[in-house]
Amino acid sequence: MSEPVTMLETPIRIDYEFTAGLAQSRYLKGIAEGRFLGQRCPKCGKVYVPPRGSCPTDGVPTTDEVVLGNTGIVTTYCVVNVPFQGQSIEIPYICAQILLDGANIAFMGLIQEVPTDEIRMGMRVEAVWVDKKDLGPTMASVKYFRPSGEPDAAYETYEEYL
Amino acid sequence: MAPPSGQGRPVRPVAVVSFAQSDSVRREEHRNDVEMLQPVIQDVFAKVGLTKDDMGFVCSGSCDYLVGAPFSFVQALDAVGAWPPMRESHVEMDGAFAFYEAWTQLREGDIDTALVFSFGRSSMSQLGRVLTLQLDPYYMAPLWPDPVALAALQAQALIDTGRYGEADFAAVAARSRRDARQNPHAQVKGDHSPEELLGDDYVVAPLRRHALPPITDGAAAVILAAGERARALCERPAWITGMDHRIETHALGARDLTTSPTTRRAAGGAGLLDGDGDGGGASVTVDVAELHAPFAHQELILRDALGLGDGVSVNPSGGALAANGVMVAGLVRIGEAAGRIMDGTARTALAHATSGPCLQQNLVCALAAEPAGDGRR
Repeated sequence: MSEPVTMLETPIRIDYEFTAGLAQSRYLKGIAEGRFLGQRCPKCGKVYVPPRGSCPTDGVPTTDEVVLGNTGIVTTYCVVNVPFQGQSIEIPYICAQILLDGANIAFMGLIQEVPTDEIRMGMRVEAVWVDKKDLGPTMASVKYFRPSGEPDAAYETYEEYL
Repeated sequence: MAPPSGQGRPVRPVAVVSFAQSDSVRREEHRNDVEMLQPVIQDVFAKVGLTKDDMGFVCSGSCDYLVGAPFSFVQALDAVGAWPPMRESHVEMDGAFAFYEAWTQLREGDIDTALVFSFGRSSMSQLGRVLTLQLDPYYMAPLWPDPVALAALQAQALIDTGRYGEADFAAVAARSRRDARQNPHAQVKGDHSPEELLGDDYVVAPLRRHALPPITDGAAAVILAAGERARALCERPAWITGMDHRIETHALGARDLTTSPTTRRAAGGAGLLDGDGDGGGASVTVDVAELHAPFAHQELILRDALGLGDGVSVNPSGGALAANGVMVAGLVRIGEAAGRIMDGTARTALAHATSGPCLQQNLVCALAAEPAGDGRR
């Protein structure tokens, strides 16, 4: 008997296009103008950012657009110490859930300009954008968030979003 | 396979009480999956005055490979609203198979209603390549035979039997397009003679352009209800009198592609043939049959397998040749067939759904204006 075949290579490649959708397109166009746009559920009143066009709780279209602030609260965070392939930020760095003022859902953002041992829940942060000429419909337009210098938010103000 | 009846638990009759579908389009340019699905979900609820909070079970059918987004079916639940937590399931198959799952749940008896939906956007990728990935990964998929090439092999084999020729394929396509003119959601419609259509170029011989389905983006949804609830929700519920699905081998070379024994078996299992569907010349007698035949010659294979006579109205919606939302077209067949009963134009109907290359998997659903009597599956 000759050697058994133990390996078979079958390369697969499929190219995709992507449609952001109506709501996320609005959001990305807002990002290109240097602002965060959310959408409010007409039923429960919650404001989602980035909006996906639907309230995931009520299942109804979120058509009411809301301009959100540039500041928010760190609801929770982690400090990344592990290197991985394709990493573009020097470790250690902080990855946080940020609840923008006026929003009812937190999203993930990079925190800079603060030592990793000083990050904390409730810290007030603000978005730092790229230069105006470099703004585009991409999350790369938001360089990172940094402490805004405001007093920390009380736990009760964000406990619902953990 | 129908669950066994008569084992001490009464099996309740279950019916389709509402059906909605999106327009079938070549490319959904602006909306994402959720935005495409949401109006359909709202429509299917509005027709019976229900909301998601009335649903005992939710089941969907879709395929993440179509849009290249892992867990896109989870995100799709945003179109329904999944709070408070609901009983929910998903099949990586056509919505017709999600429909089957919901039917079994309803027959079990602890829920009264179910929502079934499906969505598919074939325009986001190269559909032929995506569907090739369902083939045997060692010997066949690396050759990249796309679904049109495989269907062409099947069509050529059918021609070689002497039963049908290209003109018969064109006749199926011509009728589909003509019927589709009455279907506001259809994508390919028009009044062309078979002779005109035979002027089309070959895409893969012996299949000319008209024998192929369109590439479609779309969505569909159905609401099922059991027993008295169905009667309360709908003037003429489309009762499911039987349903069954069967699968043929993965090895295309081991199948007789010119027949569909699993469709016949499934029809037998659904109670549409005498016996189990294997034997004899029994034929299905219904008012309407919606057959999921993405390629024109496949309708002929399915007709023969079921023994459908000239008195049966086949694919009055235009069928999958007029709109072929992948993961959607099977559920649409059920919805269209049920629709004929709900609007009073048919007393009995057959809906068929397929999956896999060359009619590999086949589901048959029997529908009627009256629930089946005892002893019938």
